[in-house]
Amino acid sequence: MNVKAILLPMVWLFWVVCAQAQSFAGLGSAADAGFATPVRGQALSFPTDHGAHPAYRIEWWYITANLQAEDGRDLGVQWTLFRSALAPEGGQGWSVPQVWMGHAAVTTARQHFTSERLARGGVGQAGAEAAPFRAWIDGWSMRGNPVTGPVTLKAEGRDFAYDLTLTANRPLVTHGEAGYSEKSDSGQASYYYSQPFYEVAGVVELPEGPINVTGQAWLDREWSSQPLDENQAGWDWVSLHFESGAKLMGFQVRDDQGAFTSGTWIHADGRVEPFRDAVVQLTPGKTVRVEGRRVPIEWQVTAPRFGLDVQITALNPQAWMPMLFSYWEGPVTIAGSHRGKGYLEMTGYD
Amino acid sequence: MRGVVLKALLSHWRRRPLQLFSLAFGLALATALWTGVQAINAQARQSYAEAARSLGQIGFDQIIAPGGVLFDQSIYVALRRAGWQVSPVLQGQLRVNGPQSVDVIGMDPLSMPSPVTSSAMEGGAGLLTFITPPGQAMAHPETVAALQGAEGLPELLPVDGVPPGQLMVDIGVAQHLLDAPGQVSRLIVLDEQPLARAALHEVAPELQLRTGQDTSDIARLTDSFHLNLTAFGLLSAGVGLFIVHAAIGLAFEQRRVMFRTLRALGVSLNALTLALVAELLVFAIVTGAIGVVLGYVIAALLLPDVAATLRGLYGAGVSGTLSLQPAWWLGGLGVAMLGTAISASQSLWRLWRMGILAPARPRAWARQSQRGLWRQLAVSLVLGVLAVALARWGQGLVAGFAMLGALLMGAALALPPVLSGLAALAARASRGALAGWFWADTRHQMPGISLALMALLLAVAANIGVSTMVGSFRAAFTGWLDQVMVSELYVQARDEAEAEALDDWFETRADAVLPIWSDRVELSGLPGEVYGIVDHSTYRDNRVLLSGREDAWDRVFAEQGALISEQLSYGADLSVGDVLSLPGGLGLSVVGIYADYGNPMPQALIAQPVFNRVANAPQRLRLAVRVAPEKVGNLMRETVEDFGLPGENMTDQASIKAVSIRVFEQTFAITAVLNVLTLGVAGFAILTSLLTLSGMRLAQLAPVWAIGLSRSRLSVLELGRAALLTVVTAIVALPVGLLLAWALLAVVNVVAFGWRIPMQLFPVDWAVLGVVTMVAGVLSAAWPALRLARIAPAELLKVFAHER
Repeated sequence: MNVKAILLPMVWLFWVVCAQAQSFAGLGSAADAGFATPVRGQALSFPTDHGAHPAYRIEWWYITANLQAEDGRDLGVQWTLFRSALAPEGGQGWSVPQVWMGHAAVTTARQHFTSERLARGGVGQAGAEAAPFRAWIDGWSMRGNPVTGPVTLKAEGRDFAYDLTLTANRPLVTHGEAGYSEKSDSGQASYYYSQPFYEVAGVVELPEGPINVTGQAWLDREWSSQPLDENQAGWDWVSLHFESGAKLMGFQVRDDQGAFTSGTWIHADGRVEPFRDAVVQLTPGKTVRVEGRRVPIEWQVTAPRFGLDVQITALNPQAWMPMLFSYWEGPVTIAGSHRGKGYLEMTGYD
Repeated sequence: MRGVVLKALLSHWRRRPLQLFSLAFGLALATALWTGVQAINAQARQSYAEAARSLGQIGFDQIIAPGGVLFDQSIYVALRRAGWQVSPVLQGQLRVNGPQSVDVIGMDPLSMPSPVTSSAMEGGAGLLTFITPPGQAMAHPETVAALQGAEGLPELLPVDGVPPGQLMVDIGVAQHLLDAPGQVSRLIVLDEQPLARAALHEVAPELQLRTGQDTSDIARLTDSFHLNLTAFGLLSAGVGLFIVHAAIGLAFEQRRVMFRTLRALGVSLNALTLALVAELLVFAIVTGAIGVVLGYVIAALLLPDVAATLRGLYGAGVSGTLSLQPAWWLGGLGVAMLGTAISASQSLWRLWRMGILAPARPRAWARQSQRGLWRQLAVSLVLGVLAVALARWGQGLVAGFAMLGALLMGAALALPPVLSGLAALAARASRGALAGWFWADTRHQMPGISLALMALLLAVAANIGVSTMVGSFRAAFTGWLDQVMVSELYVQARDEAEAEALDDWFETRADAVLPIWSDRVELSGLPGEVYGIVDHSTYRDNRVLLSGREDAWDRVFAEQGALISEQLSYGADLSVGDVLSLPGGLGLSVVGIYADYGNPMPQALIAQPVFNRVANAPQRLRLAVRVAPEKVGNLMRETVEDFGLPGENMTDQASIKAVSIRVFEQTFAITAVLNVLTLGVAGFAILTSLLTLSGMRLAQLAPVWAIGLSRSRLSVLELGRAALLTVVTAIVALPVGLLLAWALLAVVNVVAFGWRIPMQLFPVDWAVLGVVTMVAGVLSAAWPALRLARIAPAELLKVFAHER
């Protein structure tokens, strides 16, 4: 599909309010009347919350995987399903105001394959059901028990495909206050939980042929109606697997004043220490030119509270996602006080 | 020196503004007609391309159900889930405002490949409004205007990119509007497909893949019409170039003295030729530019008619608005320059070969041209043979037009030798000095006026040819309407239950009720429509078959045969006795072929029980009612009272006929306009030729005047000669025009429209045309004759003093 041809009009189409250009993909636009908003202290409920929440404006099922081929090469895999509600209604039929979007990518040190899918809710082309769990758009799917696995994860594009099996032996992780994750000082928030402990095995198909892979993966589940404040332009987000077995989710949401930071330190045994307010520092380093804009592909990540001072470096600096709304997303390698691998996502660099 | 040469050359035009005008007019006209026709064609093609692109016809493969029937959208979802990147389309006709209908196209904006719709939606209130019932419909501004006040439609958004006559809506909205919940017509297969996907027959064994075509059906269907238009444009442009040729030729002849003087003064042949080429180049550029603008105006004026024609004939929507494109400027200037080059090449060649002290007498030119007459006759004969050969062995539209071209050119070239020969014969037969002089002078004038007469011949022949075609067509069409529209009243029910109730209700009040059931199906591989009819004398007594078995109707109602339309017969190459294949593997013997003018769709008539077996989505809503004509009004009123049926759902025979005739007249409106234009141009060519000649001929007339023939007598003779020449030309044009009509009816129309019409002759029209032509000729000659009648005797005397 010629992305360029439909990009311009579709940006409008998908995230509805792109007039507010300072806020990435319109995520900072005010929640319209009728949409539900996250409430502090409301406990997450499983398995229901694995499924879709049509009353909320935006939701995603987000898996990033750091994989290794049999020959030792590093690969990254992304599988994302977004749900965007035009109105807080579910149901059946073409008039259901739920739009679904899928992003899939395979990244090696030299290559970066991406694909995108768009679908209407209500006719069966895309959706997410809690139990038995399945989330899908067209032929792409994530199905199985999201907590323990096995979860099968499939996607394919013009020049790549993957079929992975994910299993985990530790429980889900909630961020913020038991899943209520704040995104700004003025109270924007989302429900946010993860399964960062997936072990992965499977096959990635590239133009050169099938590659058997193993590695680890991270599931992020998040839903909200206005996750960003109006003056917030974008964010930098990392999910890092350290060799020690500990993990870190950290992000900063940039605004015209500075940045709002937050994150969660996950111990090797699954205990979590959520934090916010400058506990983690994300400092951009070297930048490169990617698709006509400069993007930092090295970051200094420090968190003195956890003895963390590492440099993360993109495996492939050109891991740009050229989608309806575009962003940078790719695997990173970690060096410094801790070693390991992870994923970096940067939005709002237009 | 160069400046002096140019100045000297240009001084000629200053002294002869009329000649300058006719040169500029001819060149501008040729350019204008060419550009105008190109502009119309380009606009129409653009509309088709937009339509095709928006429907996903061009380039994209499509998945359809056999016979083009609707299928369930769950198959779409299943294919998407199996990896197929496809986009659903639901398309159908929606009746609005009674007889009016629009093409509703439902699509899914998220999976749709077309930039037309997505860019169009930018202006909308957003996806939510678009997909939420009642939704929004994007339509061409003209369509929006036409649908003002229509009920039951979504909010209309005017969008230029949508082809006229279409409503673009969300597929969900279309399913509601077309009453086809959960149904789709076809799936567009996007260009980019994933690495692996299941085979189509594994996921949807009931569907079939149709590979994309490079051009849309409409574009192919209308190709012949545009070729027609192009041919007409070329013909008119050719007539314009005749004027240019005449004007340039005269200008060169009249400047022979000047050329000789300039050469004698030391201007080299190269420099002189170069100066003349430069002069012509400037003319070409200036008049070409005027021509392009003029062409734009012509196109803008004609486009609504063309749009009406295309809608009437092919159901093709063409926007009635035009935009001036840079390519036309280039094309127009190119035509102007090429036309000038062709028109001037002969004159330039003569100049190049002219001896430095060659006698500068018009008579020399005349004699040279007389030598040329024999060459012309030979070429004309060759062209005639070519035309006959093409008519005999040629195939297809291009051969048909080539034949027309050869025929017209051959006839035009033959005219001067024929006229000259006739004048020679007349001279031999005539007695008396005056008559002898008259014929000799006529022959002498021939080279100067022959080009204008050739133009007239072409114009008259085209006029006869086209009006014979249109007249034959009109006669056939009205006769056919009388056959088809036999019933006095036509009623369309709003649903099947109402149709049945109406049927019962009319049984008691009317002489007969004939249900008209129809469905769109595939007929021997062509998408067409099939009608299920019941046995009634209405059909047997009125419908005349073009060809068929004696017992054709018996066989049809015995469910053993089908009647097919002429279009289907040509399209699927079926004749009586062949087997027509219908959906469901059913085959019926073709027992007759009937005319179905003005319908782009192949059609078949079958008995109602057979219809019920082959129809997938039958329309069982229409009824034809036989009743005494005087009772129609009352019956319509009662129907409205008893059923609340909207008035537009009922049409009486007279209104249908009136509408059909109007569509027909619109269809050929453009032809009439081009006809008038061509004739007018030819008349103007004669006028300018005679005017220029009148100045040159003083040298020949002065001695006759000196002998004692009065000026008024001379001018009457001039008028008589003009009338005679035009009438003879018109008479010669008659057989040429009839041949043209035959070619149009028997070759071009069959390929272009799919029907063959018996040729009819309209002698009264010819007489009128002959008179008009003569009047045009006399009128053209009137001014020069009047000038001659009033010329100061001193001017005539000067001839003797100025003897060159």
